[in-house]
Amino acid sequence: MSQQIPVEPRAQVNLVGFNKNDYRGLPSTLCQGCGHNSIASQIIAACYELNIVPENVVKFSGIGCSSKSPTYFLSRSFGFNGLHGRMPSLATGALFADHTVKGMGISGDGDTASIGFGQFKHMVRRNVPMVYIVENNGVYGLTKGQFSATAEVGLSLKHQGVNPYMPVDIAWEALVGNATFVARSFAGDPKQVKELIKAAFSHRGIAVLDIISPCVTFNNQETALHSYAWGKEHEVTIHDVAYVPPAEEITVEYEEGEDKDVTLHDGSHIILKKIGHDHDPTNKTAALRILEESNNCNCLLTGLLYVAPKEPSLIDLYDLPDTALNRLPESRLRPAPETMQQINSMMF
Amino acid sequence: MSMEPSVSASPSPQTETPVVNDFSLTVATVNGSGSQTSNLTIMRAIFRMGVPVSGKNIFPSNIQGLPTWYTIRVSKDGFVARREEHEIVVAMNPASFAQDVKDVVSGGLFLYDDSIKSPIERKDILTYPMPVKKIIRDFNVPSNLRDYTSNMVYVGVVAYLLGIDMQKLCQALEFHFKGKQKAIDLNYGVVDAGYQHAQKTFSPQNRYRVEQMDKTAGLIMTDGNTAAALGSLYSGMQLCAWYPITPASSLAETVLEYVPKLRKDPETGKTTCVVLQTEDELAAIGVAVGAGWGGLRAMTSTSGPGISLMNEYIGLAYYAEVPVVIWDVQRIGPATGMPTRTAQGDLIECAFCSHGDTQQVVLLPGSVNECFEHGWRAFDIAERIQSPVFILSDLDFGMNQWMTEPFRYPDVPMDRGKILWEGDLERLNGDWARYKDVDGDGIPYRTVLGNRHPRSAYFTRGTGHTEQATYSEAPEVWEKNLDRLKKKFEFARQLVPPPVIETTPGAEIGFIAYGSTDSAVQEARHHLAQRGIQTDYMRLRAYPFPAQVGDFIRSHARNYVIELNRDGQMHQLLSLDLPQEVSRLTSLSHLDGLPMTARWIEKAFETQEK
Ligand SMILES: Cc1ncc(C[n+]2csc(CCOP(=O)(O)OP(=O)(O)O)c2C)c(N)n1
Ligand code: SF4
Ligand SMILES: [Mg+2]
Repeated sequence: MSQQIPVEPRAQVNLVGFNKNDYRGLPSTLCQGCGHNSIASQIIAACYELNIVPENVVKFSGIGCSSKSPTYFLSRSFGFNGLHGRMPSLATGALFADHTVKGMGISGDGDTASIGFGQFKHMVRRNVPMVYIVENNGVYGLTKGQFSATAEVGLSLKHQGVNPYMPVDIAWEALVGNATFVARSFAGDPKQVKELIKAAFSHRGIAVLDIISPCVTFNNQETALHSYAWGKEHEVTIHDVAYVPPAEEITVEYEEGEDKDVTLHDGSHIILKKIGHDHDPTNKTAALRILEESNNCNCLLTGLLYVAPKEPSLIDLYDLPDTALNRLPESRLRPAPETMQQINSMMF
Repeated sequence: MSMEPSVSASPSPQTETPVVNDFSLTVATVNGSGSQTSNLTIMRAIFRMGVPVSGKNIFPSNIQGLPTWYTIRVSKDGFVARREEHEIVVAMNPASFAQDVKDVVSGGLFLYDDSIKSPIERKDILTYPMPVKKIIRDFNVPSNLRDYTSNMVYVGVVAYLLGIDMQKLCQALEFHFKGKQKAIDLNYGVVDAGYQHAQKTFSPQNRYRVEQMDKTAGLIMTDGNTAAALGSLYSGMQLCAWYPITPASSLAETVLEYVPKLRKDPETGKTTCVVLQTEDELAAIGVAVGAGWGGLRAMTSTSGPGISLMNEYIGLAYYAEVPVVIWDVQRIGPATGMPTRTAQGDLIECAFCSHGDTQQVVLLPGSVNECFEHGWRAFDIAERIQSPVFILSDLDFGMNQWMTEPFRYPDVPMDRGKILWEGDLERLNGDWARYKDVDGDGIPYRTVLGNRHPRSAYFTRGTGHTEQATYSEAPEVWEKNLDRLKKKFEFARQLVPPPVIETTPGAEIGFIAYGSTDSAVQEARHHLAQRGIQTDYMRLRAYPFPAQVGDFIRSHARNYVIELNRDGQMHQLLSLDLPQEVSRLTSLSHLDGLPMTARWIEKAFETQEK
């Protein structure tokens, strides 16, 4: 429409002829240093590298600082900033309109794990085909620093006192809710964030990315579990994640037996180079176990926890025509006139 | 126990003045005992005899065990509203027996299961004990089916006493059991055994009789939720998201049932309608709004408690200008209220649904046929004005059987509203703005996801926005935008179904009503006319009110607004919309959970006129 996108002269273009600016959005209005900004940058980079046509993506969000960020990337994509905690249902309905468009949702920890917990769980169990990023900072940024449901026990916040409740672990909830793609990452580890986003885009169903994304204004004390400092100190990466697009040769160094190669639904690969753990991301029990262990040993475990590449998505469960549902003409939607009489004769 | 009608009863089974085709028969049973099949069978047989008939189920919010009543009204004059009198009562429930005995009119017929040993003290009625258990046993009904078929005994006895055509009863059973011969034979066998027993035992009576007429030719019988579901499917509706709630559930269930029949894509054989049962109403409306935003014809169906939960999304849809159709099959509230009792109590809530300045379009079907018609028209209106459209039905329409003209195929092509695709944007050189009033009707143009034109996309939000859909907190931008929404709403007055107006020469009084009270209003007007009081009648079919509404009110010194709620909600809406006419408007409203009766209207009217 009429949002002005700055154009760099003679910028490099990707395989579909777009330069990086084509994936940008409006300038961010979030605080300087906010983790959400760094994630937005990685979304832009991932989409550019994935050669995605911006019109083939649709963005959704709830309400929060995090949920504002869809305006900061992919200005050429449709977007809907919905209600607090209710984005999953909105996306579920919208994605039926055109199954060739890829969904991307941005949420916060309050949006997902407090007010929107129910919708999150049901989106996950329905395997709604979209990338679902939770920008998790343990706090409500937009309403100025109250505890969210992911805040750790004992976290102390200005004006709020000390949090007495056990936290919700979003990755854990996704796993036990039967999500088909679950990863955890850290906004302070941009390369991993980008590779995981790329892999998530190639996944057929729901791809939950729980990304620790520090709120520099309200929850960035060194001892806070969602701070940059703590994350940098305590991050333990399960593996090096490398995304290889479909039909491209795997050039990543790869050690048979040591490293893992997961083929996704569209023919792309995720190459997982072993670092700390010998984790098989297709084994859900193992994923739950390493998550639990990491929580107990006080570390921030990041990487691809689980993927089930073959499960049908919600849309696959409906036998819909190849033409997008929202392009079907009247002749294919309204039953023929002669059916009216049959219907009437079926009544008493 | 005597098998004779109590000989000591004073009324004679034979009378000089038989009542033909004009009485109510009420069956009192235990909820969950399968009596619905029996009652529908009697009603359908009477309908097939050409006699106007209606059936109302007064049932508890319970799966099994509590008392339930089913009233079949037989009316040669075609009145189908609830009546307060019961000429014939069939008592099958020991728990409500004492009350049921009291409920029969003097001179009425009282049939009962003879295993109920409670005393019958009345001498002014005819009593007919039915040995249900014995008949079932003698007929050799397999023991696992005895409970289900027991209620067929009274069908036979009623048929004998009233003169209902056995062949028509058989047709009704064939319909009900969808041609499954074993079930038909078994049930019809029990009906016949009941009939034979009555013929042997009871002397014929002629106080109340059903006789063949020709007043139902060409009509069908159906319920409002079925009509609504079919209307939606004929709209081309592409997505229905819902969460179960009485009395709305059968609407979405019927959509689901008919999708395979009606919504196979003629080109590919695939389905063109998605039905999704969500985790709650918050999600149901979210899914519907998402789909409507994506360019699908999307709907949800619910009842009052669901509307309460949906408020926030409905406000967003209003403000972000997303078409969506919302069926509210009303039940009595506030709170959980009485889930199985009818009401017209959600009007105000729907008309102003959600916080801030909102006004919503509300359609008010006044018959099951209009449930069908509004069911498809609502989408044309919603997509034209890019806003939610409510349809207010109620339990009485939704779950009861009504006679109606056959459904009529939509007489206009689908109106998809102002939607721009790639070709349109090319012609415009991509120069368009999502929230700009280009045509002066307040309605902007929209694009939907999947449009691949590079200028097609925009960002939808519930926050302040400019014509270009960018974020804004500027006071003048907010005000201008909200004023445009108001203009759009005003424009909707021309789009919604106009009121149906009936005038009588010399009438000075206006009756105003809407929805399921129509039949009671018509009957009351008929009675008043017999007493020399002529009335004009305006049946409202939508909010906002078209211009004719004010004209009608102005042409009567006294207008009575009749409705099924405590607070006179339509009276309030009319008073708000037409403040200068308030002195011409009087509210006649009440609500106890039961459908409106002509008698209540007449009494309330007379009290006011005194
Ligand atoms: C129904 C409703 N209740 C409350 C709010 C106020 N609110 C706005 S954002 C927010 C919390 C956001 O927290 P989170 O999702 O963690 O996002 P963050 O700002 O931390 O990125 C709240 C409570 C709202 N917008 N809507
Ligand atoms: S308040 Fe926190 S979450 Fe919000 S923009 Fe600032 S740093 Fe980010
Ligand atoms: Mg947060």
